[in-house]
Amino acid sequence: MNIELRHIHKHFGKVHANDDIVLNIPSGTIQGILGENGAGKSTLMKVLSGFIQADGGDILLDGKSVVIKSPADAIRYGIGMLHQDPLDFPPMRLLDNFLLGRSGGLFPDRMTVAHDIHELAVQFDFSLDPEAYVDGLTVGERQQLEILRLLWLGARVLILDEPTTGISASQKDKLFATLRKLAAQGMTIIFVSHKLEDVEVLCHKVAVLTAGKLVGEASAPFNAKKLVEMMFGKEIPLGARHSPKPGAKVLQLHDLAVEDIRLHLANINLEVNAGEVIGVAGMEGSGQGTFIRACAGLMRPVNGHVLVNHHDLTGRSYHVFKRNGVSFMPASRMEEGLVQGLTLAEHFVLAEETQGVFIDGDKGRKLAEDRIKSFNIRGTPVSTVESLSGGNQQRALLALLRSPLSLILLEHPTRGLDIESTIYIWSKLKERCQQGTAILFISSDLEEILQYSDRVLVFFSGKVTLPLDVTSLTTAKLGELIGGMGWTKSTSGRAE
Amino acid sequence: MKKSTWINIGFQVGALVLALLITTLLLLAAGAPPFKAYESILSGAFGSSNDLASILISWSPLLLTTAGVLITFSAGLWNIGVEGQMVLGSIFATWMLRLLQDTNLPPALIIILGIVFGMIGGALWAALAGALKTFGGVNEIFGGLGLNFVATALTIYLVFGPWKRPGVGSMSGTQPFDQKLWLPTLSNTGLSLWALGASILVVIIIYFLLRGTYFGLRLKAVGKNIKAAFLLGIPTWQYSMFAFLLCGAFVGLAGAIQVTAVYHRLLPNISNGYGFLGLLVAMLINYQAIWVLPIAFFFAALNVGGIQLQIVYKMDSSFANVLQDLLVLFVLLGQGVRERFLRKA
Repeated sequence: MNIELRHIHKHFGKVHANDDIVLNIPSGTIQGILGENGAGKSTLMKVLSGFIQADGGDILLDGKSVVIKSPADAIRYGIGMLHQDPLDFPPMRLLDNFLLGRSGGLFPDRMTVAHDIHELAVQFDFSLDPEAYVDGLTVGERQQLEILRLLWLGARVLILDEPTTGISASQKDKLFATLRKLAAQGMTIIFVSHKLEDVEVLCHKVAVLTAGKLVGEASAPFNAKKLVEMMFGKEIPLGARHSPKPGAKVLQLHDLAVEDIRLHLANINLEVNAGEVIGVAGMEGSGQGTFIRACAGLMRPVNGHVLVNHHDLTGRSYHVFKRNGVSFMPASRMEEGLVQGLTLAEHFVLAEETQGVFIDGDKGRKLAEDRIKSFNIRGTPVSTVESLSGGNQQRALLALLRSPLSLILLEHPTRGLDIESTIYIWSKLKERCQQGTAILFISSDLEEILQYSDRVLVFFSGKVTLPLDVTSLTTAKLGELIGGMGWTKSTSGRAE
Repeated sequence: MKKSTWINIGFQVGALVLALLITTLLLLAAGAPPFKAYESILSGAFGSSNDLASILISWSPLLLTTAGVLITFSAGLWNIGVEGQMVLGSIFATWMLRLLQDTNLPPALIIILGIVFGMIGGALWAALAGALKTFGGVNEIFGGLGLNFVATALTIYLVFGPWKRPGVGSMSGTQPFDQKLWLPTLSNTGLSLWALGASILVVIIIYFLLRGTYFGLRLKAVGKNIKAAFLLGIPTWQYSMFAFLLCGAFVGLAGAIQVTAVYHRLLPNISNGYGFLGLLVAMLINYQAIWVLPIAFFFAALNVGGIQLQIVYKMDSSFANVLQDLLVLFVLLGQGVRERFLRKA
């Protein structure tokens, strides 16, 4: 099926997530969509697959203008989307997952459907048992299940969102072979990824999105350097920096190994000095979130040791880490950082040491007033946290950190904030560094990483680089590493 | 007053009117003259000083169960198990009294030990629901509901089994205790000022606990956002467990009062629905401890007045409960509608 996107616009509040996107995808093409986190890739795909509606623009399928109101609508037009997190029902059988998406019929014909599944599976060389339960499958097998299900429902366009995260190499080969076969049959494949490697081997065409705009298109064979430049923009000059004096070691990781559902990270060795800033780069879901939580005691490592100020705290809880001078600031401010319904003053009272049984209301208010002033928060002691803007919530989170601290772990400290708030937050963090606090932060903003870090760790698909000195990095080099290219012995400590 | 306050009052009054309207329709459908029925509820509740005493007797356990669920609600827990926790309070109090009734200990001490033991019983039963939730991943609603059934079954087993009256077990309960083991009551009324005083005291304690203490603030933080509370350094599961224990102790006290001050024995239906009624009152007052006293009184009055319906119109006395339930339903509905209304405005 030929797809034409004409002048697609989508706003989320002030954010222009899709800004006048024009893209033609002819039948039988494997179209890659590249872009950073937040570039608007997912938004565009959600528009095409009916999850959300565009504010403006047209979608043409085989030259006919269509309005796609829901995912069910999309599949009727033949558009199926494979989500990054499989949208299936783990406690049910494969067969039931097939039956669920189909309309009609009070009594489904299980026999025929089981037969259909079997035939499709054979065609693509998948070994799936229709009677097996989904929760026993690997991520790769669940993906195969989704592909079969969408094909069975009559999809002629397949959209895949980051499909190569968390699947094995052989599953990836099989997936790519399948996609090539489908394209050869005239299906249209849209492959959304941040992995340059995958896009290079698989796609016929690629479109690059940055900040909601389509900034460039290219056809195979690709020039990787050029793609990186399109994704991350031009080189940015770095400001003058002072290198930190080698201070006491506040955090030591020895052969640390951590796991989440998708990834296994092993052999991480790192020593963080007092006053140092470590930037953690990588596309979202590359394992850095699990890593930083392991450094905070929020996740139990499967192997290795975590030492804080030379005390081995491996396997201890976050509260023990906290007593040893570690603080963690989560990315999701309202979900994990602040308590909706409580006021700023109540937050400051909670964050400080308890004194006696009864709360001294005046003292709490005074404390809140001081912090509000010194952290430039737009709010009053009795403002509830949800009434604050994002930037002010982030400042409030920062203001909640106790003093002194040995190590602050931050997830996306300035995500979604304007320039002014960003600069303010970093000036406050740098003040802490002067006092000897080390900082380890995750960011998807390359400029932020290069601007504020002393050393950088790059995560890619469950692999981690050695700590790289920031002076040895450029935007392009960092961009490549994030995309999984240029990993050599000198960066990862392992031969590739 | 602010505009939003007026809107709030408007919604509450609206809820009351709707609840009365539906109750009226139900009364008509049941063939009772509605206004006469309301009148008989009123006269049943406030007709004589004896009626007032009945309301106060009913008020006291309701205050305790409401106070208890306010604690667990603050911690974000739906402690549906209050009913069973109250029953266990009665069972434990009865147990202690039975153990000590033939000893030479002073009766006052036996009563006090019985009450304390009742509080322990309620707390243990609540801790069981809490442990199921914290360590077993069983939602406290299901855990509590299950434990309610177990508590009822246990009572019936005791009344008809090991603790049955001499001769044959009966629904009217165990053999009543000797009068010296009764909590002193006002003459001819059955109203124990001790029980009433303790209940009011508990409500006052809860009010200050939730309002001005570190404990209360931390409990609220746990209830509103357990993840953020943990990152703020609050030992979250310990607080949840403590909320269960405290709630169970107060509700157990209500159960012990039923035994020592009201029935002087263990009955199959000793909790009388006060646990669930306490949940309703807590929802109706939107978990504001300051409203516990008047609203619980109102509900107690409806309970007592409802008995008149049965006497006069041969209707089930639970008709007053219908009014209570509808009231809570409409107030909750009103809150939902108001939120949508304010979001749009």
